Amino acid sequence: MFRPRIIPTLLLRNLGLVKSVGFKDYKYIGDPINAVKIFNDLKADELVFLDILASKEKRVISLDFVLKVGDEANMPFSVGGGLRTIRDIRSVLRAGAEKVVINTYAAEDPAFIRKAAEEFGSSTITVCIDVKKKIFGKQQVYINGGSKATSLDPVPFAKLMEEMGAGELIINSIDRDGSMEGYDIELIRTVSDSVTIPVVALGGAGKLNDLNEAVKNGHASAVAAGSLFVFHGPRRAVLINYPQPEELKNIFK
Amino acid sequence: MSDIIIIDYGMGNLRSVQKKFERINVIAEVTEDLVKIKNAKKLVLPGVGHFANGVKKLKGSGIWDVLNKSVIIDKTPIIGICLGMQLMAKKSEEGDAEGFGWFDANVIRFRVTDTIKFKIPQMGWNNVSISKENPFFKGIDPESQFYFVHSYHWVCNNIEDELTSTQYDYRFTSAVFRENILGVQFHPEKSHEQGEMLLRNFVNF
Repeated sequence: MFRPRIIPTLLLRNLGLVKSVGFKDYKYIGDPINAVKIFNDLKADELVFLDILASKEKRVISLDFVLKVGDEANMPFSVGGGLRTIRDIRSVLRAGAEKVVINTYAAEDPAFIRKAAEEFGSSTITVCIDVKKKIFGKQQVYINGGSKATSLDPVPFAKLMEEMGAGELIINSIDRDGSMEGYDIELIRTVSDSVTIPVVALGGAGKLNDLNEAVKNGHASAVAAGSLFVFHGPRRAVLINYPQPEELKNIFK
Repeated sequence: MSDIIIIDYGMGNLRSVQKKFERINVIAEVTEDLVKIKNAKKLVLPGVGHFANGVKKLKGSGIWDVLNKSVIIDKTPIIGICLGMQLMAKKSEEGDAEGFGWFDANVIRFRVTDTIKFKIPQMGWNNVSISKENPFFKGIDPESQFYFVHSYHWVCNNIEDELTSTQYDYRFTSAVFRENILGVQFHPEKSHEQGEMLLRNFVNF
């Protein structure tokens, strides 16, 4: 039976692993390569690495870093951070990444997604959509590591990305980021029901049942989380963790 | 000399395949060199991407003819992974192109009825049920899952070719085997120990 993927999402800041709350208040977690080794042992389904400063600093995620992850990772992984040319994508894939994650540039130049999908195949191109509620309650797509509003509505933007050839969407709630209070189920469901490509829920997972909720009620095809897999206990001590194989089987039952 | 030749025709992530062989202490070389491909003891045809594009690249590089000869006349053992498996069929809907035709099979796009539950591409872990006796799944727990990423799948016209099938809204052929030719739709190089075991079984085949 098909089992939804459970994907630890790891944020990079100056090549250190960090975790944010609401896209700010970064806490240092540790060395990313060490984290990959632990997730290997824990048999994680897949990993996502996002260099959250790359777009803001107008550079691309370090290729040397991607190579190191590629040498270590025993599972598929995708990387994002400042990717905006076909060449950028090719070098990241050659370094061992399975997929690329595009965020800022997807909103700046949607036609680039089409070009990338035609070159590398849809299943290689993931678009990450960061969503935040405006003061008057309407949700908007944000770019540049959550620092810039676009005035785009998440649902039509998600549909546009599908039309352009994206193979997968990560829907990330900035408001829920690091809250560990559960996903924005309504957001996930509205987007998921409006596209035919897989939607990955991100932002807010705090317990294993949140993952089930995102699949059952949010219609997500996969679930991603940061805090849940790097923190332990109410005081958020850093401890990399992942459901045991037996737990995995039962989460979505 | 390397035990295994991984064919580089410019489609997808070859490094992860090579790494997986390294992990089981098998030297695998990634190459587009026609002589090396011709002399290989065992071949790996990986690939991610567009079917018609793959055919074009194989033909343009001259690999197409060399591979046809190695596989059909010299009977060199080969494993095709993902697009590599699809290319072994006669024809694909993706770009309406013709493949090697080593098997009497077609590749079609998923036609799911429940589009909310079953998104395309199928991306994630799924089971395989074994359709016939074979050496490749020796030592692998039948409950093991493998990593899939694909929008198109095989349709066998000759059911005896089917090695495994997988359920995604409906049942499709997820691996095939005949004589010296093995094809898997899933990615053993991304599938933890069970994937390693399958590759090891292929090395020992």
